Amino acid sequence: MAILITENTRVIVQGMSGRIGSFHAADMIKHGTNVVGGVTPGKGGESILDRPLFNTVREAVEQVGAEASLIFVPPPFAADAIMEAADAGIRTAVCVTDGIPSQDMMRVKRFLRRYPAERKMRVIGPNCAGIISPGKGFMGIMPPHIYMPGRIGIVGRSGTLGYEAAAQMKALGIGVSTSVGIGGDPINGSSFRDILELFEADSETDAVMMIGEIGGPQEAEAAAYARDYMKKPVVAYIAGLSAPKGRKMGHAGAIVSAFGESAQEKVDILTAAGITVAPNPSSMGETMAMVLAQRKAA
Amino acid sequence: MDIHEYQAKEILARFGVPVPRGGLAYSPEQAGYRARELGGKAWVVKAQIHSGGRGAAGGVKLCKTPEEVQAFAGTLFGKQLVTKQTDANGKGVYRVWVEGASDIAQELYLGFVLDRKSERIMIVASAHGGMEIEDLADKDPDSLRRMIIDPATGLSEFQARELAFQLGLRGGQVAQMVTTLRACYRAYRDLDAVMVEINPLVVTHSGDLVALDAKMSFDTNALFRQPQVAELRDRSQEDPRESTAGDHGLSYVGLEGDIGCIINGAGLAMATMDMIKLAGGEPANFLDIGGGASPERVVRAFRTVLADGNVSVILVNIFAGINRCDWVAQGVVQAYKEVGLTIPVVVRLAGTNVEEGKAIIDGSGLPLISADSLAEAAAAAVAARPRKAA
Repeated sequence: MAILITENTRVIVQGMSGRIGSFHAADMIKHGTNVVGGVTPGKGGESILDRPLFNTVREAVEQVGAEASLIFVPPPFAADAIMEAADAGIRTAVCVTDGIPSQDMMRVKRFLRRYPAERKMRVIGPNCAGIISPGKGFMGIMPPHIYMPGRIGIVGRSGTLGYEAAAQMKALGIGVSTSVGIGGDPINGSSFRDILELFEADSETDAVMMIGEIGGPQEAEAAAYARDYMKKPVVAYIAGLSAPKGRKMGHAGAIVSAFGESAQEKVDILTAAGITVAPNPSSMGETMAMVLAQRKAA
Repeated sequence: MDIHEYQAKEILARFGVPVPRGGLAYSPEQAGYRARELGGKAWVVKAQIHSGGRGAAGGVKLCKTPEEVQAFAGTLFGKQLVTKQTDANGKGVYRVWVEGASDIAQELYLGFVLDRKSERIMIVASAHGGMEIEDLADKDPDSLRRMIIDPATGLSEFQARELAFQLGLRGGQVAQMVTTLRACYRAYRDLDAVMVEINPLVVTHSGDLVALDAKMSFDTNALFRQPQVAELRDRSQEDPRESTAGDHGLSYVGLEGDIGCIINGAGLAMATMDMIKLAGGEPANFLDIGGGASPERVVRAFRTVLADGNVSVILVNIFAGINRCDWVAQGVVQAYKEVGLTIPVVVRLAGTNVEEGKAIIDGSGLPLISADSLAEAAAAAVAARPRKAA
């Protein structure tokens, strides 16, 4: 089934008439994604890429049955766009926008809590590359040809490092069920743990590649979850072994500010939880191949 | 984005935090004048730099006469103050804050931060202030009190009162603490701060609370809606390479090594630096050129990296998704010619338009070293470094 997106998922793009929104929407359509429309306030009734544009997300849900939304809205308005999608009944929103104020994300997370679990929207990102189920569809900015369809889940903060992992696995003949970029911001919609839960429950995923980095508590939380609840193997890599303490490394969230947040501490925490950690970023694919071979032999 | 102590005090005072009276000086003479203007018998003179640890570094002094204030300020202006929080170059002192000395019965610690676990604003407080929070957490962890604020309701009075009692405050101090806590929270929320710290928050012998030191840091993503905060930016306190790079849409952090890095994506940049280290080299910098990089932005990245005189080889590692390898390759070739490069350059391209990109690199006739994988690129960069004389 893959997770979050399949060939049947009815996708809209918020900000589809913009330059970036239309460029990526076209690429998504070209690769088989079921894009059913777009939302740009004030352009309702027009069309783009042979798809209808709507003024509001609610109209898109009512008229074309939108279930998932890719959000390409500039930072000052992105939090509002996420909340609009949640209120309209969208199930999954992927927000690519980089530069959303952290208090806006705080508000978004508080807002989402008003919905009961069965109609609560899942947010992926912000500041992420998106999600892709190779051969089925994608929502985001990744180059789809680097992913081979298969049975390994990928979850990572960094977009390009996720590409690196997918390319290394493809070179070894290992394919991907779904790849999820959870983004590099300090407050994000879905954590590593949230995505591990989905992969653990997915009948088309056999193992997970988790790509973390310095800063924040989410890798440790995921390690505890994998140790206590997962049957599927997890392979991990943590970026930033060479990063100096107290300096922010590009991502707003990539800064070591508390105990357990340095790369080495995270590697130790993951290893202690029984997760196989790739020793360097060039061996993510090999490490996954090794773990899969061990599984097969056992 | 950080601001100076005196600016943080002005802001917090506006929200209702009690701060000592003081004045800003841009010269030693002005510092002496400020002391006379304030009156009193003793003054504290404080170097204004964007760093903690100023006291231990000789940037703060208690002075007994206006002449002493002026003389001490004279030793500060123009000085590069090196604290344990700065790098070896320190930070330049161009402003000095003079304030009336406070009598101190007790020192408290008060901090507001973004707690990534609860994804909310958290208060951290201790009845034993004065030392850095890291030392406090290390030496006296039991004294730390934490409280999480619900963004929907803000900081309630009862919560603030509870915290005040936990810190051992009594009588009128409790009401003052409630006012101070709520003022800090409002300042944090209204101005899109990411950190507010008062250390120490002192109790005077007469039993009043006063913020003796204050630090504020702001969310750069929110500066578009905080123009008054954006105006407080002081470029003299920034690494000029980092701020210039930022102006051109590049995320740059200077480091100690000699292998210059030009990479797309923060995670891949960190991973590449790790790989360089494993291959036996040292990265000279972190640099993320971002998405949709034009040839011009690549040239700019080269100039930024080369501004560091230690750089002896450059490693370009691009995994293009939203980027295009052919554009990056054009940028590399253009940079080579425009900048007049004499040091080796290793280029690793992958992703969107990789064949076109490689063709440009290989057909350029320039001595560029091509690499196919991340490991190969790091090894090639380390090998390409000129051998240092033993």
